[in-house]
Amino acid sequence: MNRRLYAKRKGFNALFLTLSVLAAVFGLVWLALILGELCYNGFSSLSVRLFTEMTPTSGAEGGLLNAIVGSLMMSAIAVAAGTPLGLMAGTYLAEYGRHTRLAFLVRFVNDILLSAPSIVTGLFIYEIVVTKMGHFSGWAGAAALTVIVIPVVVRTTENMLLLVPNGLREAAAALGAPRSSVIRAVTWRAARAGILTGVLLAIARISGETAPLLFTALNNQFWSTNLNAPIASLPYVIYYFAMSADEGWHRLAWAGALLITATVLSLSIIARILESSKRS
Amino acid sequence: MNDIALTENLVAAGRAHVVRRFGMKDARFHGLTAAAALLVIAIFGGVIVSLIIGALPAIRQFGFSFLYSEAWNPVTEKFGALASIYGTLITSALAMIIAVPVGIGIAIFLTEICPRPLRRPIGIAIELLAGIPSIIYGIWGLFVFAPAFQTTLQPWLIRLASDIPFLRNVLAGPPYGIGIFTASLILSIMILPFISAVTRDVFETVPPMLKEAAYGLGCTTWEVMWRVVLPFARSGVVGGAMLALGRALGETMAVTFVIGNAHHIQSSIFAPGTTISATIANEFSEAVGDLYISSLIEMGLILFFITFVVLAAAQLMLRALERRAGGLS
Repeated sequence: MNRRLYAKRKGFNALFLTLSVLAAVFGLVWLALILGELCYNGFSSLSVRLFTEMTPTSGAEGGLLNAIVGSLMMSAIAVAAGTPLGLMAGTYLAEYGRHTRLAFLVRFVNDILLSAPSIVTGLFIYEIVVTKMGHFSGWAGAAALTVIVIPVVVRTTENMLLLVPNGLREAAAALGAPRSSVIRAVTWRAARAGILTGVLLAIARISGETAPLLFTALNNQFWSTNLNAPIASLPYVIYYFAMSADEGWHRLAWAGALLITATVLSLSIIARILESSKRS
Repeated sequence: MNDIALTENLVAAGRAHVVRRFGMKDARFHGLTAAAALLVIAIFGGVIVSLIIGALPAIRQFGFSFLYSEAWNPVTEKFGALASIYGTLITSALAMIIAVPVGIGIAIFLTEICPRPLRRPIGIAIELLAGIPSIIYGIWGLFVFAPAFQTTLQPWLIRLASDIPFLRNVLAGPPYGIGIFTASLILSIMILPFISAVTRDVFETVPPMLKEAAYGLGCTTWEVMWRVVLPFARSGVVGGAMLALGRALGETMAVTFVIGNAHHIQSSIFAPGTTISATIANEFSEAVGDLYISSLIEMGLILFFITFVVLAAAQLMLRALERRAGGLS
């Protein structure tokens, strides 16, 4: 009588568990396909010239030097500007604000900015920087990346400061240290690895960002370190080259893609190691 | 005697001075952090205000018709966002249809089936999918996936669907490789880790007693997951899915590469289309004329509005969950 019901339930169980194994396989297969193809095409196009020569005109040979330098410059400025701002705002949320209404609002807005479309960030900087300056520029690109860095740093800073045991704060306060000194000398120091993780994640995030650079930094085919003018960046060059019909450009795009992915993934792995060493 | 009193006075004065200095230092630091926090709100407000100002010419010119007109003609300066809005919604919806069940499946696999030593490495591998920059998905989709799809699976699917009513229209057309479906599939791979990570985390907050009680009644693993764990974790799963949806709606580069950039609404999901972000990415830097640029900015405003609603809903759900988890522990 019940045997049929048992068989049916067991069958369902087997079916759905198999499906969830397949789901995991589905995810892993795409990862393998993407990374495999990226390595295959990327490594075959990798050479020293990438780091010594400028982006070529169509049909010519060349490298990616100006794009790499442009990306490094804009990312460096964005991190240098975004980290202190994010650190301070995160500190406010975890230390001074915590349960205030302002902190609640900032947290809400920050989490929206964290996942908001990055192309909208580009439009925002276009409106407030590019139209005011009258031309595309490296500064505008750096500003757009800064806007992306800040929420990442705010979120991780707050989370990491909240992990610092209150006993540490109280002990420092009992010694008579003012609150600002407690924060700087004790809580920040205790959460140092975690805050650094946030900065690394922010760098990983902006190294692959293309959309906010499309109409802020634009592109520059030549060697330029002038932040007042359009400047090349690795993601933009990949986009531009990949959309073209030129075989040589395609190869350079793959090589650039490999460089970016290697950077981003190694940064996230380092961040993960830092985080887990902190936890244990 | 006098000397001692004098010293005490001096010490007290010195102490008061130090305390005052500390107080000032404190106030200054407090002010600085609060200013940085206000800056976050200022950026958010700045985005909205600058987009509205930028969009004003287009709003004045087209009014509400911008939302339901399919016209997109830079030459005659007639603009409507319907095709882009439709593309954004349909690609995100298709991506969710694929990614939600698969993401939950992965979470079930990671919490129930996977051998313990493999849990961490497989979990990290799935999360790596979220770490790959979107432009990599784009270039891979354009050069590897689309050509392979075009020559193998797609013609077969089109032939298969050609005799079935309704499906005939949805899976129609010449196999381009690129198009709405390809964009959706790539989007689904990109948002998969968001769904599976959040889902796995909420699954782990389910009290083991609940599961054990269900097992004790003789439930199969699947019944425990479907009837006990999922209902318990529902708001977290929905929150994670909304977060992923927010990503999918705003995703730019991966979609721009493979969607085909066509301003038409077609019934076939194999047809090329466009999304709000793809249109902006493709056309903004080459747009001439204030009305053209303003129309693109208005599209950005619409996109920001849609993602804001979705992300705000996601946050409220996940916050409520956090409070509950905090109450339990």
